[in-house]
Amino acid sequence: MGPALSLHPEAGCPEPPGLGDILRERGQREVFCGLTGIIWLHRKIQDAFFLVVGSRTCAHLLQSAAGVMIFAEPRFATAILEERDLAGMADAHDELDAIVDRLLLRRPDIKLLFLVGSCPSEVIKLDLGRAAQRLSNKHRPRVRILNYSGSGIETTFTQGEDACLAALVPEMPVAPPEENRALLIVGALPDIVEDQFRRLFDELGIGPVAFLPARSAEALPSLGPRTVYLLAQPFLADTARALDGRGATRLSAPFPLGAEGTTEWLRAAALAWGIPESRFDAVTAPGRERANRAIRRCEGALRNKRIFFFPDSQLEIPIARFLTRELGMIPVEIGTPYLHAEHLAPEIALLPSGTRISEGQDVDRQLERCRAEAPDLVVCGLGLANPLESEGLTTKWAIELVFSPIHGFEQAGDLAELFARPLARRERLRFAS
Amino acid sequence: MKLTIWTYEGPPHVGAMRIATAMHGLHYVLHAPQGDTYADLLFTMIERNSARPPVTYTTFQARDLGGDTAEIFQTAAREAYLRFKPEAMIVGSSCTAELIQDDPGGLAQALALPIPVIKLELPSYSKRENWGASETFYQIVRRLADPAARPTDKAGRRPRCNLLGATALGFRHRDDVAEITALLDRLGIDVALCAPLGASPADIAAIGTADFNILLYPEIADTTAKWLERSFGQPCVRAVPIGHGATCDFIAEVAKIAGVDPTAVLEGAPSRMPWYSRSVDSTYLTGKRVFIFGDATHAVAAARIAADELGFAVVGIGSYSREFAREVRAEAARHGVEALITDDYLDVEARIAELQPELVLGTQMERHIAKRLGIACAVISAPVHVQDFPARYSPQMGFEGTNVLFDSWVHPLVMGLEEHLLTMFRDDFEFSDRGGPSHLAGATVAKFPSRAAPIADDQTIVAAAPEPVATTATGPVWAAEAEKELRKIPFFVRGKARRNTEHFASQRGVDVITIGTLYDAKSHFAR
Repeated sequence: MGPALSLHPEAGCPEPPGLGDILRERGQREVFCGLTGIIWLHRKIQDAFFLVVGSRTCAHLLQSAAGVMIFAEPRFATAILEERDLAGMADAHDELDAIVDRLLLRRPDIKLLFLVGSCPSEVIKLDLGRAAQRLSNKHRPRVRILNYSGSGIETTFTQGEDACLAALVPEMPVAPPEENRALLIVGALPDIVEDQFRRLFDELGIGPVAFLPARSAEALPSLGPRTVYLLAQPFLADTARALDGRGATRLSAPFPLGAEGTTEWLRAAALAWGIPESRFDAVTAPGRERANRAIRRCEGALRNKRIFFFPDSQLEIPIARFLTRELGMIPVEIGTPYLHAEHLAPEIALLPSGTRISEGQDVDRQLERCRAEAPDLVVCGLGLANPLESEGLTTKWAIELVFSPIHGFEQAGDLAELFARPLARRERLRFAS
Repeated sequence: MKLTIWTYEGPPHVGAMRIATAMHGLHYVLHAPQGDTYADLLFTMIERNSARPPVTYTTFQARDLGGDTAEIFQTAAREAYLRFKPEAMIVGSSCTAELIQDDPGGLAQALALPIPVIKLELPSYSKRENWGASETFYQIVRRLADPAARPTDKAGRRPRCNLLGATALGFRHRDDVAEITALLDRLGIDVALCAPLGASPADIAAIGTADFNILLYPEIADTTAKWLERSFGQPCVRAVPIGHGATCDFIAEVAKIAGVDPTAVLEGAPSRMPWYSRSVDSTYLTGKRVFIFGDATHAVAAARIAADELGFAVVGIGSYSREFAREVRAEAARHGVEALITDDYLDVEARIAELQPELVLGTQMERHIAKRLGIACAVISAPVHVQDFPARYSPQMGFEGTNVLFDSWVHPLVMGLEEHLLTMFRDDFEFSDRGGPSHLAGATVAKFPSRAAPIADDQTIVAAAPEPVATTATGPVWAAEAEKELRKIPFFVRGKARRNTEHFASQRGVDVITIGTLYDAKSHFAR
């Protein structure tokens, strides 16, 4: 038997000052892998198809996470590795080529195919980069074939989107040097939110504005040293690195969640474009007022309520900032699967000092902390929500924060409402007098 | 490599989870990377379990590979033992851990935990969920069954049986177990043990004390039942009580093995299916072309019910349970069709499209296919969906199960009287039979299915409200006797009959509508 049996052999290690104490944990993670991003990415890029090269588990994950929500034939599938692929009885690359041929025959509408790596394909070192190149040569110009990894050994949930967008960056055309400065918004947003932001940038006089990912594979924006970009999502570390590598410049800002976050995010672009403050105020005031009005409706339900975040989408810190500053909630613990210190710095600066942030996860220990704190609201994944409800805690499914439009002024009220609803529901239900 | 859009079964370790989650006092330590915890939501969301599955995942990462993944496993197993204090533990690998070959069994053994630790070898790249469940149950029973356990003297006590095969996330297993337990009680038989559902390792130890076994779900417990037959000499009831006839066969087989008299139970007018099926309204079910797909047990049972008890024509039958292909092929032969043994959703879709059945009895996946093709569908088998865990009591087995099957298979179809009316007014834009039966709200929006769109089974016929009579000045005039004849048509379609007849008359330049015109119109629209 190993060393003394103890449940708490290590405590969190302290962090350099500036970020406060961050609790870093390792253990069981109750978080999806990066493959899950396919569920919204295949809806966003309407002529793209995602082919996971993986195991039956990967296919089952996609189906279980998405199956209850998608009725139409999805634009994703899994090439399931079988015994003979692993035993070397079949050349995995030949098999993959045949599958891609069959797929493209069945779906002639597909313009962009992602080969998505998984845990098994990474472990057996199946070179999907090489496969993508080979298949691209074969199917060009009809279909462009790229690859990225959504494996659980490398990516957590929303990092799958990061890996996908990072794979798109080298494909973005080179902006001619004489071209004017352009703004690029990075991170998949629902079309309606994209349109709202586009109108705001137009009114501010900021442009041209492009979005990554674009709605279709052929509409990839161009990129160059005159490109300035704003991250719309907090989980895009690799994409940002790839954009920086092509000479683009990142604007640092809080993320566009809530009235304040949206204002500051827009302001970062306005400052870069030298838009006068009066104009900025005039353009953003109506949206900000609408957002504030909508947010106020939930304030009564949420003010002074204590909230606990289990790690899920990396949106936890910006959302906690919104709930704390605009709705008066009290963050007890903000768990995040991964904390990008640089991208999140403007967010953390806005959080109350001493807020407990945890990175990574040991789910059983975190559950112990959560029960001990007895928060008013717990934000957690689908595996934990019903068990915690049955223990008497009120929960909010984190996945809804990824699947529903929450960014921008017009969605700020909806975002607040997502947190108010579980509390309101608990208030409403009466089963005995 | 195999292209897969939807899968009928998860990987084998999910089968093992179904066993662990069904039981009490058992913990599963699964060597697996981050992300494999998705499987928890199957139990907490689809089945709405109020507790997390008793599974600890090691969550290794890329940077651990080639390093200390074995130690990560041992730490996880040790901590899981301390935290959950299980009576027994099962250990194994998910698909990725299988590739790194850490030998969870050996590693767990080295921890010398003071409980039985059962090692699972579930090959992820060749086997699937039901096989994994079956193998896990078998390994647990083999390891934990007390070889000395034997039934007590039969004198002065009721016969005792084990109910085998019900799991977590099973298709109506919870209600089937309740139904069969009650049925056995009426026969004077006690259930000594239901396993894996609701059993603890200690209960499993006593499995040999029952007089005989009942194999409810062969996909899960056939291997175990065979082993118990060999090792303990426990006979096994193999008739699966799904459908009226099959339930009667089941009772006869149980009665014979247990030595009880089934007469009273069989005579108690036990299910409404035989009468409902003979009643005249069911005439319209005659020869309806039905396609069946599911696990082998449910598909085979459904074929018998469809043909013998509802008078359908079975035009196709298939299963994703390769392990039971022989049984499915035998049933297919009985109906003169070729069995479709596949786990490829695209093959099933192609077969349904080719056969164009009037009813699909399938899984949630066939429900998607049927929706797209505009065919009625009822779900008869796993893979499960949140709708397959209804709040109400809804077994598939036993006599109440037979009632449930009648309702849930017949309701998606067009009702008796309505069928004739639909024929009559086939092309009316408000009464199109392409929209499907009017009592199924979702059916008319097949092209834009909503996320909820249930197979409604609690709505009665919602007929169109009486139409105000609208004759235009320029339109044809109704002769008195034709007007009188029109009133004989049921009120809820009278307005449409009027409009159709007028339309027919105007198109042909008929000024006065006679009884003849009315019936000409009827025959025209009935085509």
